[in-house]
Amino acid sequence: MSRLLSGFDSLLRGIGHRLVDQFWRLGSAARFFAYTLIYSGESLRRPNLVIREIYFTGVLSLIIIIVSAFFVGMVLGLQGYNTLQKYGSSEAIGVLVALSLVRELGPVVTALLFAGRAGTAITAQIGLMKATEQLSAMEMMAVSPIARVVAPRFWAGVISMPLLASLFSMIGILGGYLVAVPIIGVDGGAFWSQMQASVDFREDVMNGFIKSCVFGVACAMIALFEGYDAPPTADGVSRATTRTVVNSSLAVLGLDFVMTSFMIS
Amino acid sequence: MTDNIVEIDNLSFGYGGRMLHKGINMSFPRGKVVAIMGGSGSGKTTLLRLIGGQLKPVDGEVRVDGTVVHEQGRRELQKLRRKMGMLFQMGALFTDLSVYENVAFPMREHTSLPESMIRDLVMMKLNAVGLRGARDLMPTELSGGMARRVALARAVALDPAIIMYDEPFAGLDPISMGVICNLIRRLNDALGATSIVVTHDVREAFSFVDYVYFVADGMVAAEGTPDELSKSTLPFVHQFVHGEVDGPVPFHYPAPDYRGDMLRGHDV
Ligand SMILES: Nc1ncnc2c1ncn2[C@@H]1O[C@H](COP(=O)(O)OP(=O)(O)OP(=O)(O)O)[C@@H](O)[C@H]1O
Ligand SMILES: [Mg+2]
Repeated sequence: MSRLLSGFDSLLRGIGHRLVDQFWRLGSAARFFAYTLIYSGESLRRPNLVIREIYFTGVLSLIIIIVSAFFVGMVLGLQGYNTLQKYGSSEAIGVLVALSLVRELGPVVTALLFAGRAGTAITAQIGLMKATEQLSAMEMMAVSPIARVVAPRFWAGVISMPLLASLFSMIGILGGYLVAVPIIGVDGGAFWSQMQASVDFREDVMNGFIKSCVFGVACAMIALFEGYDAPPTADGVSRATTRTVVNSSLAVLGLDFVMTSFMIS
Repeated sequence: MTDNIVEIDNLSFGYGGRMLHKGINMSFPRGKVVAIMGGSGSGKTTLLRLIGGQLKPVDGEVRVDGTVVHEQGRRELQKLRRKMGMLFQMGALFTDLSVYENVAFPMREHTSLPESMIRDLVMMKLNAVGLRGARDLMPTELSGGMARRVALARAVALDPAIIMYDEPFAGLDPISMGVICNLIRRLNDALGATSIVVTHDVREAFSFVDYVYFVADGMVAAEGTPDELSKSTLPFVHQFVHGEVDGPVPFHYPAPDYRGDMLRGHDV
């Protein structure tokens, strides 16, 4: 009995410890975020830094975004046609593909791919810069690592994400079109005109854009913080990289639910 | 008072509970090259970080040019650090920039010199460390010793008033070692700077520095000019200068009794 009690006691204690640790981390993440914003002015005055990072995070993610978007669009076309034709409304396939992509899949899948492709790279890079004293050296040169290293990467992420998401939606629609019209034989005119009639700019396109901006902030911030906070060892950096993917994915899916419920109501 | 550019006053510091420094007093006169020596793990790198304001002392203070380092705000600290150059133990070159860009980095960040001027300055600095030909290499393509020399060029890029070298000789061949000794001396005298050299290398250090501090057990165990110390009969200094294994300087990190430690695994 007393053994059970003491086991229970240490269990509670463990949970408490972890909870406190997590809150502590959340606090330092919030502070880190605030510092990044404060130092942003300094680095935005040097657009070259941001452009360079846009190249590394955005442009290098292009291939995976384009290929994934194409396949997602084609699958949407196939699945959508399969269901819609049962109700004799296969012309609505264009609407289905466009709305799924613009509202949900574009921003969400882009963010998930971004976290895997660019987020991990950012975390590993910052973690290694810390482990090899590069951030310390920068500090000793009276250059703030937050202004010079973190803020440009943050803005690069925030800028690239909506662009990548729009691209994802466009390519996806193209993939859906390719399957529905030339291959299955749905009427092309109906495909486009129904899409045009039903997709609303403010309700659908803007909301999707807002989502991808928020995901951009979340993914960039998580990747940067995990890197900056990583223990300066090989093991620490590898754990941090994993955490970036897990936390970014959870954050994206959670935020998506919250934003969708606001946008739909 | 005023002719000491850096003064360390009764400084205590520790990571967590363990005190690493227990009341250190040192002064670094303007224009001199001063060595700090001590066993591995005796807190020499930590001392440089305290001077640079990256760590806060538990007790006591470090004054640079008369100002107390740990009491400065962010802007003042940045201003103070612009007077300092530091060579990190591992070099700490920026791995995403070429050798040239590494040396140009402080100039680009803190000056608005035209590109042609930056180029000339970078070439001068790289030439001084003998690596002008390596300017287009990336840090990963350098050997450890070369990386350290590039880091040295970067540390003095803005002609700082205080130059701190953390183990500048580790991993260098004897020829480069001599060159670096000369270089530290020449840079110091030409710039009118003050140099703080952390090193294990007694013979090299004694050949060119003006003053030496030995740290052990978190305190200054001995100090003096190289001449005085070579003649010193203090067992500690004698051991260090002559590289003897047995003596007051422990090789081991504090640990429980060896025999007890070994037996502990078997007493189940
Ligand atoms: N960031 C840190 N956190 C906790 N302990 C640390 C940290 N950095 C160093 N230490 C500890 O402080 C002690 C002194 O470290 P320091 O790097 O200052 O030694 P050092 O004199 O430069 O040694 P070496 O000659 O080997 O470079 C070591 O025992 C080390 O375990
Ligand atoms: Mg050291």
